[in-house]
Amino acid sequence: MSTHHAPPATSAVHLRRLSRSYGEKTALSVDDLTIAPGEFVCLIGRSGSGKSTLLRALAGLDNDVTGSGHIEVPERRSVLFQDSRLLPWASVVDNVTLGLKGEASRVAARDSLADVGLAGRESDYPSRLSGGEQQRVALARSLVREPQLLLADEPFGALDALTRLRMHALLRRLVAEHRPTVVLVTHDVDEALSLGERVLVLEDGRVVLDRRPTPRTAQDRLDERQRLLAALGVDERNADQRLDVPA
Amino acid sequence: MTTTPIRQQERSHVGTPTGTTEERSHVRLARLAPRQLGPVGLAIGPLAALVLWQVSSSTGLLPPQQLASPWTAVTTGREMFTSGELLPHLAASAKRAYLGLALGTVLGLGLALASGLSRAGEASIDSLVQVKRAIPTLALIPLAILWLGIGETMKVAVIATSVLVPIYINTHAGLRGIDHRYVELAQTTEMGRAEFVRRVALPGALPGFLTGLRLAVTMCWTALVVLEQINATEGIGYVMNRARDFGQTDVIVVGLVVYAAMGLLSDSVVKAVQRRALSYRKGLGS
Repeated sequence: MSTHHAPPATSAVHLRRLSRSYGEKTALSVDDLTIAPGEFVCLIGRSGSGKSTLLRALAGLDNDVTGSGHIEVPERRSVLFQDSRLLPWASVVDNVTLGLKGEASRVAARDSLADVGLAGRESDYPSRLSGGEQQRVALARSLVREPQLLLADEPFGALDALTRLRMHALLRRLVAEHRPTVVLVTHDVDEALSLGERVLVLEDGRVVLDRRPTPRTAQDRLDERQRLLAALGVDERNADQRLDVPA
Repeated sequence: MTTTPIRQQERSHVGTPTGTTEERSHVRLARLAPRQLGPVGLAIGPLAALVLWQVSSSTGLLPPQQLASPWTAVTTGREMFTSGELLPHLAASAKRAYLGLALGTVLGLGLALASGLSRAGEASIDSLVQVKRAIPTLALIPLAILWLGIGETMKVAVIATSVLVPIYINTHAGLRGIDHRYVELAQTTEMGRAEFVRRVALPGALPGFLTGLRLAVTMCWTALVVLEQINATEGIGYVMNRARDFGQTDVIVVGLVVYAAMGLLSDSVVKAVQRRALSYRKGLGS
C-alpha cells in the first residue's frame, strides 16, 4: 500500500486522491476531503458504498487492502466498533485500560466508566452486562485515551431502538465535553441527522452528497431527510404510494 | 398424566362450556432433543453391566480363572488396601504418572506458545508435533528403552511425550483460533507485543489448554498400564502383571478399578479448575 500517512498538525482530517480496491472492484475513491477539528461527521450509504472502507482507512486498519493516496489523521485515534468488542475474560475496568499503563490510567478508567453511568461495575465481567452497557464500556474505552479523532463504525446498529436513543444522548454529551473530531458510519438517516453536524453520502466509493444540515423547523428536518434518502436511492413517498395501491 | 382426568372433573363441576383454552395448556411441545439424564440415569448402564457380571459369576457361567466376580474383587481390594499392600504401589504409579504429566505439560505448553506466537516457531515445530501425533506412544517404547534404559527415566519420558501431544494440539488451536476482531482491537488500542500476549493471546488460549489438560490427565494413567509391565518392581501395573502369573483375576480387576478411579479423579480435578478459570463465561443467570 502506498498511502502516505502525514504527521498531523491539528485534530483535522485531510484526504487527497484516496483509493482502495478489493481485486478489480474499486471500493473507495475520494478526491479531496477535509474534516475540520471538532467536527461531527456522519457517513451514510448503502451496503458496499465504501463507508466502512473509508473508516477503516482512517483507523489504519486496512493494511491488507490495496490502495493509494494521502491521509492526514491525528495521532490519537479511537475506534468504536459495531460490536462492543470487549475481551470476555477481562473485567470491565481492564477492558477500558487496554493499551494504557500505570495506576493513573486505572483512575482515569474509573472516571470514564462513571461518565457513561457504569460506576460500581468495574470488576464485573462483560458477560454480566446488557448489550447497551457493553457498548457503554466500549465508549468509555474509546474516550479514556482522550482521542483527537473518534471513529465509530455503526456503533449502535446492534442495539434496540430505545437504548439507541439513550446512547445518542450520551454520545452527544461526551463529545461536547471531550471535543474530539468524530467520524461515525451509519446506515440510519435519522441517526445521521440527529448526531451529525455534517452528513456525507457515499455511493460506489465516492462522496455524492455533502450536507451541513441546520434544520430550524420540523419541515426543514423533513426536507433534509427527504434529500438524504433521495441520495441513497430511496423515494419514500413513492414507496408509500406503491404500498397503498391495491393488488 | 394424572392431571388430565382431574382437570376434566373440575370442568364438569364448574360446567364451563368452552374447554379449548384449557385443553391448549395440555398440548406438549414435541421434544427435539432428549431430556438430560441425571446422575442416577447415567449410572444405569454401568449398574446393569455389574449385575450381569455378578449373575454370570454366581451361576458359574463366568469361571473365576477367566474373570473374578465383582464381589470377590471388592473383598480382595479391601484386603489389599487395609493390609497396606496397595498404597505403596499406588504411590509409585502416581509419582510416575504425575511426573510425566508435569514434564509433558510444560513441554507441550512451551512448544505451543513458540509455535502459535511466531512464524519461525510454527515452521519448525508444528509439523514435527503432527508427525509425533501420528506415531503411537507404545511404538516409541523400543527406542526409548535403547536410549534411556528400562528404568524410571524411560517411563517418565514416554508418559511425557504422550501427554505433550494433546496439550500442544489444543493450546496451539486455541492460540490460532483467537478472534481476528481482538487482534484489530489490540491494534487500535496500540497494545505492545507483550501486552497482547498477556492480555489477549494467553487468556484466549486458556480454554484450549484446559481441554488438552483434561485429555492429558487421563492419558498419563493410560500410558502406565503398558509401561509398568517393563522391568517394574512396584506400581499398579506391576501388581497386575504378577497377578497374571499367579492367575489372580481378582487382583487384576482391582488394578483396573484403581486405574479407572485415578483417571476419573484427576479428570474431575481439572474439570473443577476449568470451571473456576472460565467463570467469566457465566452470564447474568449465575
